[in-house]
Amino acid sequence: MTAEVLESPVVVAQAGTAPHPLLELWFDFRANRGAVTGLVVIVVLILLALSADFVAPHSPVITDNTAFLKPPVWQQGGSIAYPLGTDAIGRDMLSRLIHGARLSLLIGIAVVTLSVVAGTILGLVAGFYRGVVEIAIMRLMDITLTLPSLLLAIVIVAILGPGLMNAMLAVAIVLLPHYVRITRAAVISEVSKDYVTAAKVAGAGRLRLMFKEVLPNCTAPLIVQASLGISTAILDAAALGFLGLGAQPPLPEWGTMLADAREFVLRAWWVVTLPGLAILVTVLAFNLLGDGLRDALDPKLKR
Amino acid sequence: MLRFVLTRLSLVIPTFIGITLLVFVLIRLIPGDPIETMAGEHGIDPARLAQLRVDYGFDKPLLVQYGLYLSRMAHGDLGRSIATHEPVISEFRTLFPATIELSVCAILFAICLGLPAGIIAAVRRNSIFDHGVMGISLTGYSMPIFWWALLLILLFSVQLGWTPVSGRIAVQYFIEPVTGFLLIDTLIDGDFGAFRSALSHLVLPVIVLGTVPLAVIARMTRSAMLEVLGEDYIRTARAKGLPRFRVIAIHALRNALIPVVTVIGLQVGVLFTGAILTETIFSWPGVGKWLIEGINRRDYPVLQGGTLLIGAIVMIVNLLVDVAYGMINPRIRYAR
Repeated sequence: MTAEVLESPVVVAQAGTAPHPLLELWFDFRANRGAVTGLVVIVVLILLALSADFVAPHSPVITDNTAFLKPPVWQQGGSIAYPLGTDAIGRDMLSRLIHGARLSLLIGIAVVTLSVVAGTILGLVAGFYRGVVEIAIMRLMDITLTLPSLLLAIVIVAILGPGLMNAMLAVAIVLLPHYVRITRAAVISEVSKDYVTAAKVAGAGRLRLMFKEVLPNCTAPLIVQASLGISTAILDAAALGFLGLGAQPPLPEWGTMLADAREFVLRAWWVVTLPGLAILVTVLAFNLLGDGLRDALDPKLKR
Repeated sequence: MLRFVLTRLSLVIPTFIGITLLVFVLIRLIPGDPIETMAGEHGIDPARLAQLRVDYGFDKPLLVQYGLYLSRMAHGDLGRSIATHEPVISEFRTLFPATIELSVCAILFAICLGLPAGIIAAVRRNSIFDHGVMGISLTGYSMPIFWWALLLILLFSVQLGWTPVSGRIAVQYFIEPVTGFLLIDTLIDGDFGAFRSALSHLVLPVIVLGTVPLAVIARMTRSAMLEVLGEDYIRTARAKGLPRFRVIAIHALRNALIPVVTVIGLQVGVLFTGAILTETIFSWPGVGKWLIEGINRRDYPVLQGGTLLIGAIVMIVNLLVDVAYGMINPRIRYAR
């Protein structure tokens, strides 16, 4: 009894002080069931991707001549050796899907990193050096935005030649304008604030102003856009793979797997259904995460 | 209003010039001599090569070449396809109605389902229906549509046999193109069998292409409606005893539609992206499939001309949406 009485004032005192911003973010985020589901799925996918070599029962590229288009284990003719069946040349679907998770996450993260870094720098430059530089950068971004995203990516791949690396570069370029626009808009609204003027008066150089003063205050929208960007990147890269312009066989990229599976749509539902389901689940998870982050980071939506 | 239109137009023109420059540079960036690429694997006589280089103006400075390209473009000459030797512009003109027909039906499908779904979800906020609509639309938004197409084919064409797998119309029908839109042309002919065939070929591609716009429209309608429903004038309308339906359908919807219309306009780019995938899967004879075939055949004039035309079309539609937005919402006109 006494202990309880003593404890309660302490709790009240803690509630009085504002929690750490990151902790507050977590509390807001946690309230969103969809976002938490998304996060859990992403964590599982990351774990699978990291441990693909140990978790996957078979190699993703080695073929088994005795098991072409074997159905999943629960269907007649399936075997426990290949839980999700095999593809047209006898490769284990489950192993290919797990290794595909590694590829797709890698694609998503690499593409968005590239795009965010380049986009942030271009946006900072456009926001700080108004005039000709700004006009040149923003016009270029307008052109990039005008062309339908997949068409632009296809054009870039046509120039560079098909392949995973080039497809990733193409998608990164397609995503670029979003980050440039967000950063520039944030920079322009931040630059006129007092703390920037104070830093300027204190003698901070341009680079310091850009990266140490202004950039940290523009990160919230960038984080949200980056999370949503990963889903776009995975989707676009898979579409390019499906069209034969992205990752090339025998890489177990989900879109490329679907392209290979197209002709078996009548005979083997699992080679068509499973890779697409993997794409859908992954993209959905990143969209849920992005939506949750946006709601948690947007002070306007807070009560 | 004129001032507003002119300002918008002045922003569009540099973008268009930029696209022509991009498309022009594209051909230069491709490794190898363009004439030799056109000649293909057979090779070419050196004298003929030199002659062709002069004919195409490749011996002139780059800036002059760009000028020549622009002037040809202004005369409607976008080069000839390497594969078919037809002018790119006339191939585009033949195939474009098929893409339009598909896209228009897809966006109508998306509006007809998405708008009511979004409105009901907003009115019954936090109901099961609301959660359902939001869940489905987020799934639709995340959908790899090339997979979605295969699933629908698997279910409706293979399992149930309700719809054809590919193409635009059954082979036994020959319809003289009048408008290029088969749904209209078959009716002009009065051939109902052909009309039914065209319609059944259209169903799956329309669902596939309409899925992402449907999701976007439903989400946008819901959030716009929620915002408007919280306004004071809605409460006033309710308080003075207007029927609930009238308040929602007339007072609220009119204002909520403004952002929704913009979002619908912005789906043009999404539709083209989707059309490339949808047409490839369903062998739909439109510009999307044509572009992909162009890439696979290394038919660069097709890629170049097609990109330019699609870019121009998207740009014009965006401009029209912008102007229409300025017309319905005067605040936008004066803000910039």
